[in-house]
Amino acid sequence: MRRTVFPHKLLPWLLLAPQLAITLIFFYWPAAQAFRQSVLKEDPFGLSSTFVGLANFRKVLGDPAYLNALQVTVVFSLLVAFGALAVALFLAVQAEKIVRHKGFYRTLMIWPYAVAPAIAGMLWLFMFNPSFGTLAWPLRQLGFDWNPLLDGDDAMALVVAAATWKQISYNFLFFVAGLQAIPRSLLEAAAIDGASRRHAFWTIVFPLLAPTTFFLLVVNTVYALFDTFGIIHAVTGGGPGRATETLVYKVYNDGFVNLIIGDSAAQSVILMVIVIALTAFQFRFIERRVHYA
Amino acid sequence: MIAKSLWAIGLVALPIAAHAQTEISWWHAMTGANAEVVDKIASDFNASQSDYVVKPVFKGTYPETLNAGIAAFRAGQAPDIIQVFDVGTGVMMGAGGAIKPVAELLTENGATFDKSQYLPGIVAYYSNPEGEMLSFPYNSSSPILYYNKDIFQKAGLDVDNPPKTWDEVWAAAREIKESGAAPCGYTSTWLTWIHTENFAAWNNVAWGTNENGLSGTPELKIDSEPFVRHFQALADLAKEGVFVYGGRTSEAKQNFTSGECGILTESSGGLGDIIKAGINYGIGQLPYDSAVEGAPQNTIPGGASLWVMGGKSDEVYKGVAAFFNYLSQTEVQQYLHEQSGYLPVTMAAYEASKSSGFYEKNPAREVPITQMMGKAPTENSKGVRAPNLPQIRDILNEEFEKMLAGQQDAAATMKAAVERGNAAIKEASGG
Repeated sequence: MRRTVFPHKLLPWLLLAPQLAITLIFFYWPAAQAFRQSVLKEDPFGLSSTFVGLANFRKVLGDPAYLNALQVTVVFSLLVAFGALAVALFLAVQAEKIVRHKGFYRTLMIWPYAVAPAIAGMLWLFMFNPSFGTLAWPLRQLGFDWNPLLDGDDAMALVVAAATWKQISYNFLFFVAGLQAIPRSLLEAAAIDGASRRHAFWTIVFPLLAPTTFFLLVVNTVYALFDTFGIIHAVTGGGPGRATETLVYKVYNDGFVNLIIGDSAAQSVILMVIVIALTAFQFRFIERRVHYA
Repeated sequence: MIAKSLWAIGLVALPIAAHAQTEISWWHAMTGANAEVVDKIASDFNASQSDYVVKPVFKGTYPETLNAGIAAFRAGQAPDIIQVFDVGTGVMMGAGGAIKPVAELLTENGATFDKSQYLPGIVAYYSNPEGEMLSFPYNSSSPILYYNKDIFQKAGLDVDNPPKTWDEVWAAAREIKESGAAPCGYTSTWLTWIHTENFAAWNNVAWGTNENGLSGTPELKIDSEPFVRHFQALADLAKEGVFVYGGRTSEAKQNFTSGECGILTESSGGLGDIIKAGINYGIGQLPYDSAVEGAPQNTIPGGASLWVMGGKSDEVYKGVAAFFNYLSQTEVQQYLHEQSGYLPVTMAAYEASKSSGFYEKNPAREVPITQMMGKAPTENSKGVRAPNLPQIRDILNEEFEKMLAGQQDAAATMKAAVERGNAAIKEASGG
């Protein structure tokens, strides 16, 4: 293939500049700061700072609360990512079957995406508050000892539900688009061959949706790891005990509430490594199985 | 429209016209009615003289304001005055050169600073071990007991005599639940502030060593018998469904205003919301532990104080001193107290409210003051301080939640709280 050479040397850089500037200011610079602070021990006001090498990392990794947060994060992220993907796929497939008012149903499904995470959190908090929650009351009447303020599992269920609900719309949108891109001829051929709807879904639709599903898996994992901070902050504040304290929430709590800046920075750096590793893993191993038509 | 743009032009032109005036920035965390009080005090001060202009800026919740101040200091952009909540006091005291002690500022600028003019409990809380007042007490509150008179009536309890001791509270709460007057007998906001810090002061038992941390780094003492007995009672009541847990901060207020719970312990600053809810409420002193000799002692203040940041010009400090002088004036303090529901800071303002008949009309408003002033504070009741009090409260809340969920008893809870708390204090004080 012949390489195309553009006559301008400066123009490509100029066009890239806005994006580069944003990345530099909002990613590289804070990341560099985090690296710097993670090897320092500082008082909140930054009046004294001592170089402590990797002591912050050793402390963080040896802290049972950190391992707890890691475990909470894994459970939370798996539940949210798979929950949001499964429900959205189901709804998208059902919405495709609707003949009349398709647009109306779709709009309704996409609506929750416009709700800010903190608002979504408050909404669920009010619905399921054990004292005055509209939906907590029937739960209690049914004999569930529902109390997310004290029961860690109840609290986890509540934040997972709120976080999942918020992400379903986004996934739904992509699955609907993905479904529309599947050639009808394939499904018709399957029907003529006598394949059941279920069989056709798992052997034709689901594999052809793989690029969409893979993309959403990456996006949902990142969402569950980072963007759910607002929901957790509004609904449980990491409690009860530390039952819903995720890694991101712990970074915030240690840095901004407890003002232990070195620990918090060390946790940010570890988190960065985790996310880079996770994304690399997803692209390296899962993407291989994805079939881009 | 024209008026609006003229106004905007005026706003732009203002700094030029007011060239000779020194600007003093005041970051605060007050919302609603209390924010209006802040704005009114600042504008009244600005109108009272022509040398200084105080500019109040709302910076979010208490922790957000503190963080904004710290971040601004690190960036060399600190405000002149910042409002910091009670638990942030230890953080500010550890800030060394980042802050300017208020007593020093006032005396340097020719203002006389007479400690005896201020309410002793409040001054003690905001002073260093040498007795020097470091910050200016702005809004102080104290925990009190609220009860629902309708629920008391239904349960056959004495409507005019709220329970005075914790044992009486437990009994009344059980009566409320058992008689079916309400689904919940008792709830409380801020378990840490009310049931450990104020429980210690009010019953004259130690919260920590070194005068609860006021004269040095403390070691927690909340695993002593009175605390364990008190928390075991709470755990038992929680199991019976008589005590209902609302959350770590002031969430439980809703359980009371919704009529779910008959008795509530909450800050005196929460009165506004309870009046707004329109329930038939009564107020009593914070209950004490009758098994402890010498109880009740005195309660300790919550709320916030104003800190002056270090490294500012003499001109700014002169202005801040003038502003604090203005704030201490009896009429200003009286206005602040009667409008916001926070405690007056000076004796004169308290006397003025008293003689104006304010407490005869609003007897409940005096309860938090008499509670705090009843007796001269002891080493257990001046206040509590730790370099990382917010973190200590978090640790305690986590352990309390485990206890109330039935995972551990009070003895194990207090033991774990003390061990974890002491380790965190040691870490924070560089040990």
